[in-house]
Amino acid sequence: MAKDRVRALRHRHLIGLEDYSREEIGLILDTADSFKEVIRRPIRKVPALRGKNVVNLFFESSTRTRLSFELAEKQLSADTLNFASTGSSVSKGESLGDTARNIEAMQVDCVVVRHAAAGVPLFLSRCLSSAVVINAGDGAHEHPTQGLLDLLTMRDALGRLEGLKVALIGDIAHSRVARSNIWGLRKMGADVVVCGPPTLIPVDIEEMGVEVCYRIGDALRGADVVYALRIQLERQQEAFFPSQREYTRLFGIDPERLELARPGAIVMHPGPINRGVELDSRVADSGRSVILDQVTNGVAVRMAVLYLLNGGVERDAA
Amino acid sequence: MRPDGPDTSASATERTGLAVVRNGRIVDPASGRDEPGDLWMRGGKIVDRPADDETKAATVIDAAGLLVLPGLVDLHAHLGEPGFEYRETLESGALAAAAGGVTTVACMPDTDPAIDDGPTLEYVRERAAGAAARIHPIAAVTAERRGERLTEAGELAEAGAVALSDAGRPIRNPAILRRALEYSRMFDLPILVHCEDPSLSAGGHMHEGSHATRLGLKGIPSIAEETAVARDLMLAEWTGGRIHVTHASTAVTVDLIRSAKQRGVRVTADASPHHLVLTDESLSAYDTHLKVNPPLRSKADVEALRAGLADGTIDAVASDHTPRSVDEKYTEFQEALPGATGLETMLAVVFTELVRPGLLTLGEGIRALSTAPAGILGVEGGNLAPGGPADLLLFDPDGTWTVDRASFRSRSVNSPFTGRTLEGCVTLTIVGGRVSYRRAEPDSP
Repeated sequence: MAKDRVRALRHRHLIGLEDYSREEIGLILDTADSFKEVIRRPIRKVPALRGKNVVNLFFESSTRTRLSFELAEKQLSADTLNFASTGSSVSKGESLGDTARNIEAMQVDCVVVRHAAAGVPLFLSRCLSSAVVINAGDGAHEHPTQGLLDLLTMRDALGRLEGLKVALIGDIAHSRVARSNIWGLRKMGADVVVCGPPTLIPVDIEEMGVEVCYRIGDALRGADVVYALRIQLERQQEAFFPSQREYTRLFGIDPERLELARPGAIVMHPGPINRGVELDSRVADSGRSVILDQVTNGVAVRMAVLYLLNGGVERDAA
Repeated sequence: MRPDGPDTSASATERTGLAVVRNGRIVDPASGRDEPGDLWMRGGKIVDRPADDETKAATVIDAAGLLVLPGLVDLHAHLGEPGFEYRETLESGALAAAAGGVTTVACMPDTDPAIDDGPTLEYVRERAAGAAARIHPIAAVTAERRGERLTEAGELAEAGAVALSDAGRPIRNPAILRRALEYSRMFDLPILVHCEDPSLSAGGHMHEGSHATRLGLKGIPSIAEETAVARDLMLAEWTGGRIHVTHASTAVTVDLIRSAKQRGVRVTADASPHHLVLTDESLSAYDTHLKVNPPLRSKADVEALRAGLADGTIDAVASDHTPRSVDEKYTEFQEALPGATGLETMLAVVFTELVRPGLLTLGEGIRALSTAPAGILGVEGGNLAPGGPADLLLFDPDGTWTVDRASFRSRSVNSPFTGRTLEGCVTLTIVGGRVSYRRAEPDSP
């Protein structure tokens, strides 16, 4: 709808999709579409962020998200720096406040931050007077660029977001991917059902506007999108579920179960996949799977976010 | 016993001389008194109006337009000493107390070393002598607060312990708590229990509910407190020992205490101002100053606590003053230490949030902040009766102030109320007849 269109983001940072409006999310997805054309060119580089520096601050190990951001930054001609360190500020021996002060002193334009503790990107955004903060995943809070790339992938595959039925399967409690997807999908008018063992469904998640069910059949029936989340096998030790075998028996997505979904339904996963646990290989490698499209779209969405937050407006894109 | 505060003149009253607080409204819930009048003091005590020929020599403190209240008695504060002087000392804690109208503070034994034997307790009492408020140590229930071996409660009681508690460490072994409750009956010391089952709360950072779900933080379920309250109440009932549930935070806790009281269990309870006012919803921006243990609970829990306070199930309001350094708070939410300061804001928070809106009468509020906790601890004060200590405060109910980090007397500034405008100002605090706090004139530089 033309009247919904906006040309710039109202927010200075991207902390979570909870804060973003439908119009802002729409703008990012549209901008990402234009960047997909850039990615298909023989020379995949635009000068949009020339002269800007971006620091990728990864306090938690990550391969694909970091690579995806780095690629996006380079294709926008930004100067990039990587800093990786795992553990809390306490174990590192430098406080988070000092980390923030150092970034400020270096006059960085943009910080992409991943941290195991929820709330760190917000903390940094409040400490930094000029740098833009982009959340690349904080604890179990949000992973907004993942949410956006998932929305883009669904929109590409199914032509719309409004009215879709999306089933999120697995460990909702510990998943920032689930939270960002829920906020993004609800704002764009999709219906979300979350399904997993009750021990991994966080309390009162219904208040985020989703339906909860515990039987995989109920979640899959009529779904347009079947989104399997990665199950951390360590959760078994914490008594969230008795065994991997039983988890797969109850919640694994195999071809027979996928038949319950709507014809043409797509299968998604944030990666890396535990093959044979949450996702049967026959499903992961089938024509229904858009898992590699998610990865490709990740670069385009991150380019769009970097571009829009660092001063670009839609008409200048690409 | 000269208070070592910013007001060193103490000129308003001399310890041995006669002084009078004139023209104030005297509110003394212990006697039910609430009327305009004069309050006379001599030799550190409240006295009857002396003969006319003596009154002319009295030092006069004008209290026109002010409330004259019994000094507050706080039965749960962490004052840092020995071992955590970077957070608070007995001296700074007492100054904070005086600024909040608190004249008596019971300090928790979670020090380093713990207050678990006579000499340590005596050391604290000596260090606290001459401070701006009366400080009474609470001694540990078990050696080093390990929950294993009982402390020598007899020696500790003799040395001046007003209660026993392992502070923030719940006593996990019910057999130990059973013996402690039985043993302490000899000395009529209440055992203050921090009710928390650590296996249910482990790894949690805030109340388990929709807000923790949204923020992606592991929750501390209400049941972690409630199962411990139920167990401890049953042990108190079984043994006939005296138990005090401190910082009650959930609706079910209130119900459990209410029914235990109906059965005649010797239980008392307090709630902290922040649990009576703030909810988990306020944590939306990961503000570590709102990270406390027990955590801020739901709106329904706050309402139940308020109802419990109004009907007497919750006997007292206690600050749970827990100073933390800036570094301990200015960090990731999940790394930040829980705790909030409270001595300086306790009265104004109760006045603004509970008395002004009509949930409690002024007398009920003061009873919960002064008379009731004095009774629970068995200490002097908590009333304005002649013969008792001249521990009192003057309170301007029409004054307002904004809680400001720069104005705290405490060494720590981790207040959850910073930035709030509160109604009612303590203008003067008197401990044992001496001025221990005087509010600066609002228009002075």
